[in-house]
Amino acid sequence: MQETIQVAQNLPSTPQTWYLILSTILFSIGVMGVLFRRNAIIILMCVELMLNAVNLLLVSYSSYSGNLEGQVFVFFVMVVAAAEVAVGLALLVSIYRNIASTDIDVLSRMKW
Amino acid sequence: MNTLIYVSCLGFFCMIAEILNQRKLIIPVLVLALAVIFGLNLSDWNHGQTYFNNMVQVDNFSVAFSGLAIFITLLLFILASEFYAASDTHISDYSAIIIFILCGALMMFNFNNLAMLFIGIETLSISLYVMAGSRRFEVKSNEAGFKYFLMGSFMSGFLLFGIALIYGASGTFYLDKIYQYTQTNSAILPVTFHVGAVLIVFAMLFKTSSAPFHFWAPDVYEGSPTLITAMMSTLVKVAAFAAFYRLISHTFLYVFPSVETVIAISAVLTVSIGNFIALNQTNFKRLLAYSGISHAGYLLLAIISLRGNTESSLLYYAVGYSVSTLAAFSVAMLVFKAAGNENIDALNGLGKKNPLMAATLTMAMLSLAGIPPFAGFFGKYYIFSEAMKNGYFYLVLVAIINSIIGVFYYFKPILAMYGQPANEIEVKTNYANNLVLWVCLALSLALGLFPDLIVGLL
Repeated sequence: MQETIQVAQNLPSTPQTWYLILSTILFSIGVMGVLFRRNAIIILMCVELMLNAVNLLLVSYSSYSGNLEGQVFVFFVMVVAAAEVAVGLALLVSIYRNIASTDIDVLSRMKW
Repeated sequence: MNTLIYVSCLGFFCMIAEILNQRKLIIPVLVLALAVIFGLNLSDWNHGQTYFNNMVQVDNFSVAFSGLAIFITLLLFILASEFYAASDTHISDYSAIIIFILCGALMMFNFNNLAMLFIGIETLSISLYVMAGSRRFEVKSNEAGFKYFLMGSFMSGFLLFGIALIYGASGTFYLDKIYQYTQTNSAILPVTFHVGAVLIVFAMLFKTSSAPFHFWAPDVYEGSPTLITAMMSTLVKVAAFAAFYRLISHTFLYVFPSVETVIAISAVLTVSIGNFIALNQTNFKRLLAYSGISHAGYLLLAIISLRGNTESSLLYYAVGYSVSTLAAFSVAMLVFKAAGNENIDALNGLGKKNPLMAATLTMAMLSLAGIPPFAGFFGKYYIFSEAMKNGYFYLVLVAIINSIIGVFYYFKPILAMYGQPANEIEVKTNYANNLVLWVCLALSLALGLFPDLIVGLL
């Protein structure tokens, strides 16, 4: 309990809404990247950006409300993000071995 | 909860068996152990408890769905004994990952905390990405795995953003506390809460392959190994729907109007798109993918009809759908392995060559189309009547028109099997597959004739 009060006292004077706006912007950049970039590695980076925008939002909410649950959740997100990247890169390596490219437009053999 | 722990131990067993070089043991032990766990799981019936500081809540709903998930996995492992050749050196990896998919599904039935939901969905999905791409020398399988991975991680970003916004508004991740928060502040809920709820619903619509987030499903179903496709269209779909229902009924009652509109629009789109595009499919796996999409639309009706006995009709529909789809896939597995392609033509004349397989596939198709006396008919009947009680007349009308359209494409395989001259494809049967076929046939008939077996349960 002592810690949560400590967290709440050290707040900067920035309103929480700014963090909300910042993380929404970061999240949107990530979404746009996933939708419009064609290189698989850059898409992976954009997914990471989305997840980190969420982390920022969770941490800011958590510290503004003096409730530590949100910061614990961030650890869950980080662990899952690491697992996801590991699997994604492994898939990418096996694709690269087969078609020698990381351009996702090549991956359109199946349609409708 | 104990179920989840036992199942995770099975996953470790698979990996240890690999170290000890006992690959032949894996599948028999898994089948036996899953049967035992199925029984142990039922001992939690009416003994619901909470675990881990209320993060996990076991109730009859979760026990019933866990039982269904374990049963499906059991049948899949019986099929796997023939699907993966005995010489396959990766059998322990595959079975361990399939067991971890089951773990993810079990977490999705039990959660009482959004963190638990997130972990469950990710355990399930990350394992599935691996399994979808597990034929690593085939470009199609690579493509399926990577497409599923990209879209899945993209949508879990939305899920997380939604969870973060809800946390920001309510200050907690616990479903019951969020519910209390919405109850006390129902008039002054901030916009962020509504946005968060809708974002979570989008992510769940993706996981259940509902329109407009269904684009991944046909490609991923087609490219993945058939056993994994069977798993995706039964276990994963059931898990996603159970989690979705739990989320909506436990948490979002007070933001229901905004969520309801989204789901209702999605339900109409899903049934229409699923059925219409399925009409001109020639690939059997894609046909089943679109059939799965249209069934997701019917199940969405159950998700929004919260008044009444919806839980048990959801369970009944899930059982009927899973059994029929599993039967269809277990036939498809053998036929398409022999034929070397996945076109419906490969089924030509199966009625003469192998009456059991043809009869089971016919049962599966009729049940999916919703023709009595099979389970699919009563499933649709219960869901539609629940929806009518909740006042969704137009939604039910659209769904009924679409289920009539659905009959056309479900009859395609049946006509191919009985109406076409036999082709020269030699289909080799085996005991494991026949066993699964008989079980599915018997279950579908039994549930169709005695729907009370399940309907009264929840």
